[in-house]
Amino acid sequence: MSKDNEILKEFTDSEYKYGFTTDIEQDAAPKGLSEDIVRFISEKKEEPEWLLEWRLKAYRHWLTLEEPDWANIGYEKPDFQDIIYYSAPKQKPELESLDEVDPELLETFSKLGISLDEQKRLSGVKVAVDAVMDSVSVKTTFRETLAEKGIIFCSFSEAVKDHPELVKQYMGSVVSMTDNYYAALNSAVFSDGSFCYIPKGVRCPMELSTYFRINASGTGQFERTLIVADEGSYVSYLEGCTAPMRDENQLHAAVVEIFVAKDAEVKYSTVQNWYPGDKEGKGGIYNFVTKRGICDGDNAKLSWTQVETGSAVTWKYPSCILKGDRSIGEFYSVAVTNNYQQADTGTKMIHIGKDTKSRIVSKGVSAGKSQNSYRGLVKVLKRAENARNFSQCDSLLMGSKCGAHTFPYIDVENKSAHVEHEATTSKIGEDQLFYCNQRGIDTEKAVALIVNGYCKEVLNQLPMEFAVEAQKLLALTLEGSVG
Amino acid sequence: MLSIKNLHARVEEKEILKGINLEVKPGEVHAIMGPNGSGKSTLASVLAGRENFEVTGGEVAFEGKDIIEMAPEDRAREGIFLAFQYPVEIPGVSTVNFLKTAVNEVREYRGMQPMNSVEFLKEMKEKMQLVEISQSLLNRSLNEGFSGGEKKRNEIFQMAMLEPKLAVLDETDSGLDIDALRIVANGVNKLKSKDNATIVVTHYQRLLDYIVPDYVHVLYNGRIVKSGTKELALELEEKGYDWIKAEADII
Repeated sequence: MSKDNEILKEFTDSEYKYGFTTDIEQDAAPKGLSEDIVRFISEKKEEPEWLLEWRLKAYRHWLTLEEPDWANIGYEKPDFQDIIYYSAPKQKPELESLDEVDPELLETFSKLGISLDEQKRLSGVKVAVDAVMDSVSVKTTFRETLAEKGIIFCSFSEAVKDHPELVKQYMGSVVSMTDNYYAALNSAVFSDGSFCYIPKGVRCPMELSTYFRINASGTGQFERTLIVADEGSYVSYLEGCTAPMRDENQLHAAVVEIFVAKDAEVKYSTVQNWYPGDKEGKGGIYNFVTKRGICDGDNAKLSWTQVETGSAVTWKYPSCILKGDRSIGEFYSVAVTNNYQQADTGTKMIHIGKDTKSRIVSKGVSAGKSQNSYRGLVKVLKRAENARNFSQCDSLLMGSKCGAHTFPYIDVENKSAHVEHEATTSKIGEDQLFYCNQRGIDTEKAVALIVNGYCKEVLNQLPMEFAVEAQKLLALTLEGSVG
Repeated sequence: MLSIKNLHARVEEKEILKGINLEVKPGEVHAIMGPNGSGKSTLASVLAGRENFEVTGGEVAFEGKDIIEMAPEDRAREGIFLAFQYPVEIPGVSTVNFLKTAVNEVREYRGMQPMNSVEFLKEMKEKMQLVEISQSLLNRSLNEGFSGGEKKRNEIFQMAMLEPKLAVLDETDSGLDIDALRIVANGVNKLKSKDNATIVVTHYQRLLDYIVPDYVHVLYNGRIVKSGTKELALELEEKGYDWIKAEADII
């Protein structure tokens, strides 16, 4: 056995540090999926009639769909009748202050490094947090501060109650309920999520973020996020997620919709750290997510940054519809897979407006026996004069048992378009490791250093404090996958 | 400081070092010369602990410790530095960041507190002058897009920051023009003290005009076949290696 393999074997113990469960009384729906369950969820959430109708329509459409299998992933299809579609921590319906939140719950989020206590954050960097556990939003911080500027940041359920006109107008406008299999499923059974509205000309004074946590066993998590940035506004949004270690595969099928009006800008960053399963590939989250934004007005800008380190299977293509003239779409991605993880991820850039620009930077890192695919579409429609795209897809392989794949689709209907695609595949060189070793840096640290360097272009896009988190996370995920 | 006894080493199945003996004391500068393929770079790599070089016999003691089984990072932390013939590029990692990691790893091994950014930058500013290297170069990705001269200067800069007890310079003169050579040699000379030692591995005598060795050893076919003082280097410059080869082959 070569030294490479020895090192590889020696370090394959990568611990998932968020694998704890919280003992909280749950209020759950019975297992399985039917119209009755859809009604049950809607009733639990005291929803208006129009939303129930919307859900039922989505459910009926979902029944006509087949689960897609074109992605470069293999997994046992979930049994949709064996999933609990609604599970909520039992608590008082209205929380006046943090003191009323179940202390176990606060403990959970504090273990995750998320403080829901606004006072504690006042000295440091301000980040408003919406914490979602299983099916419901637990607590949204800094709401009053934001409200002064007219910014609405709350759970999706509250938005339905308090701002039905906005929800009605934008929900399903970017990702329709019939968009795809998982989006339809989500539309039928979504339980909560975050809602955010930035009014005209307002620059959101702090990072907004949502933390998702799957806690209960046997449940699926189906949340929706809807962000609306009105004309000339700006917001930077971060999403983080973790789940306990369980032997079963849990399904996470979320929908994120972003509407960016004229001259507005949205930065959406994700640090995805769902439980990836154990070293043998047992358990872990199926992460089947539909994320899409529309640059609806002229000069709108949408930038996706994702650091994907978790999940057993990831199927996710955060996309930009560049409808407004001179609108800009960006996608920066780091996807790391280790052990038996599989990721099929990338983006779609749909150029509709004139002089639209898109940029794709994808960095895949595969280790262990994992499979990591980039799948991306650049589509330039007929009227999109002078569209520009630049795509760069790099793959880094560690060891000899993993795979990296690239599936770029380019579809251009306008001759004035400039579309560039660059791709590289590399391995961490033995000479690079030796060079680091010779300077006193051990192999594990050297790998973290080299991988972080490789991903730098993407990590630089993250807000400062999250970039640091992401770097640590990369090192943790790759602990031991090294050769 | 360094004691090598009857060292044998091979790469894959090929024996390259066939019984090297060498004693290096603090304050000394040793030059290892020899024709291409004689095993000079192999010796440098074996001292640094490169994994594809297998030691098949003999002893290497550094400050009394047997280092043959020691991991390369631990040898570095003990104070052995190798200036690479072909410095490696690490995209996205700045020299500053790389060196800060290295310096603090070494300090941790020696039971010292890590250097904070302020101390580190101060130290760096001082050492930068030694090899006339600019801050902007150090902020760029390690060795990426550096010229040959910049890479070698960066090696000596790293050496200055890490303050090794034993520095092994592997063909540091290769690919350098005369000005760069002078700068690099100057740096090495300024770092010299009575407590540290330097092994200069080179093919040409030219570098030794600037870094004056106390001893010169000629390596041929995996053995040191001749040792002398700096005059030996001049003789080699004048006569080439053939006469040494001839002498050695007779034996």
